[in-house]
Amino acid sequence: MKFARDTWLIFQRQTQLLLRNPVWVFVGVFQPVMYLLLFAPLLKPALNAPTQAAAYKIFVPGLLVLLAIFGGLFQGFGLIAELRAGVIERSRVTPISRLALLLGRSLRDVVSLMVQAVIITLLALIFDLRVFIGDLLLAYLMLALIALMTSAVSYGVALKVKSEDALAPLMNTVAQPVLLLSGILLPLTFAPGWLQGIANWNPFSWAVDGTRALFAGDLGSDKVWQGLSITAVLAALGVYWAARQFARSVR
Amino acid sequence: MIETRGLRKSFRSRAGRETKTVDAVRGVDLDVAKGEIFGFLGPNGAGKTTTLRMLATLIEPDGGEATIAGADLRKDPAEVRRRIGYVPQGGSTWDESTAREELVLHARMYGISKADAQRRAARALDAFQLTEYADRKCKTYSGGQRRRVEIALGIIHEPKIVFLDEPTTGLDPQSRAHMWDEIRRLRADGMTVFITTHYLDEADALCDRIAIMDNGEVVAEGTPTELKREISGDVVLVGLDLAATPQAAQTLDGEPYVNKLETIDEGGLRLYVDEGATAIPQVLRRLDHAGLELRSIELHRPSLDDVFLTKTGRSLRES
Repeated sequence: MKFARDTWLIFQRQTQLLLRNPVWVFVGVFQPVMYLLLFAPLLKPALNAPTQAAAYKIFVPGLLVLLAIFGGLFQGFGLIAELRAGVIERSRVTPISRLALLLGRSLRDVVSLMVQAVIITLLALIFDLRVFIGDLLLAYLMLALIALMTSAVSYGVALKVKSEDALAPLMNTVAQPVLLLSGILLPLTFAPGWLQGIANWNPFSWAVDGTRALFAGDLGSDKVWQGLSITAVLAALGVYWAARQFARSVR
Repeated sequence: MIETRGLRKSFRSRAGRETKTVDAVRGVDLDVAKGEIFGFLGPNGAGKTTTLRMLATLIEPDGGEATIAGADLRKDPAEVRRRIGYVPQGGSTWDESTAREELVLHARMYGISKADAQRRAARALDAFQLTEYADRKCKTYSGGQRRRVEIALGIIHEPKIVFLDEPTTGLDPQSRAHMWDEIRRLRADGMTVFITTHYLDEADALCDRIAIMDNGEVVAEGTPTELKREISGDVVLVGLDLAATPQAAQTLDGEPYVNKLETIDEGGLRLYVDEGATAIPQVLRRLDHAGLELRSIELHRPSLDDVFLTKTGRSLRES
């Protein structure tokens, strides 16, 4: 009860601050929209897709997963700014739940990702993308789990390194191979065997496959439950690890 | 209100390949009474902030024990948190928030209901004369205003003790005087106030009792008056050229009215005497006889800096 209240308190505060600066919402949507408008048209011929809508069915899920990964991974910067301003230290001397300090922030990130995802999905509808609503909601669940995990991990790492200068290269180094090995921009069906072999060890690759299957309306596909299970386990592990960082350094 | 025994903390720092252990706090015993302003005076790096952060549950002590407002620091830090307020040195407000939002949020972090938190915030804003700016973003505040918001945050849940880490550092003289009044007001409200400072005048004017800290240890403790009384008599500062200093020292050493004589590195002497007013004419006469020319002569009532000097061998102004 206290935990839920504390989490809600932090969530409210963080959301309020985010809304006060709507430019971030714009920036968050601007980039993916650029991909949608300027990159996606190349895909129909490149993927040999029969229609533009078919190309979008492959590209949009990848784009959303990309957004979830990157949106989450870079949240740590905000925490470092808060550490520097003394806001975290101020919270630490209160009896507020340590897990709530983390989860309130991560849930804010999940919700803001959801808003972006909905905007992008709506835009894609204009380009004749058609998705079954039930499948779409499951895909959103997958995205939420990914964002929860990446943002929690990012906060945990931020608490450990405590400096933007260390966090930026670290996150980029992690994000790049994850991105390339997940078949986000182009499906890995084109990849040579060795590359696919490595990608099989990338959990995000499973998440992308699962999300694509959902967008294709293939709810029964094994990829769906596999992707969801893997992201759920990773999200739980990520939150657990980050919560321990909070509990330790924020005792 | 605060009782500590043998509180200590060391940090490991890595320089290149070597790891060094720095004993930041080496066994601090303190007794702070209810309703007093207790000051922790010492140079930067003396261990004041580390001790304060230990008492405020922010870092775990390596050893020793402490009871704070009746709660055991080692066994029940959560209970200590409920009973204390803490105002960190480097600020604690967010640029994009308003003072009112910060106060309401902070009160609610203590489990206070929303309605009550809003009432408390309004009252605190009023008490700290911030109502006018209450709904502007913190980044628009002056240094003094922002510090007042931070103090208001520290006491929004009406703690028994509030810890203020260097509350006036970086403030202009006027804001500083204002802040002293605020701190006295906290005491008048029955709160115990624990501050750290490296300003001598602040410790002297504001604190009921002080502990002087140097190199991780408390070297003296008492009321400012008591501490200064330990340094018997006055101090006469004799300004001399470096070349003339040794001869002047020889001349004045052993004079009956000089209790203690120290040479100043840059030239000159520091004489500890019982009565400055009668010592000065005699000093002038002796030096004149010896044909020594002096540049200046000053009479000092003992200050906390002299206390620091006699305890540590250094001046607080120099360190």
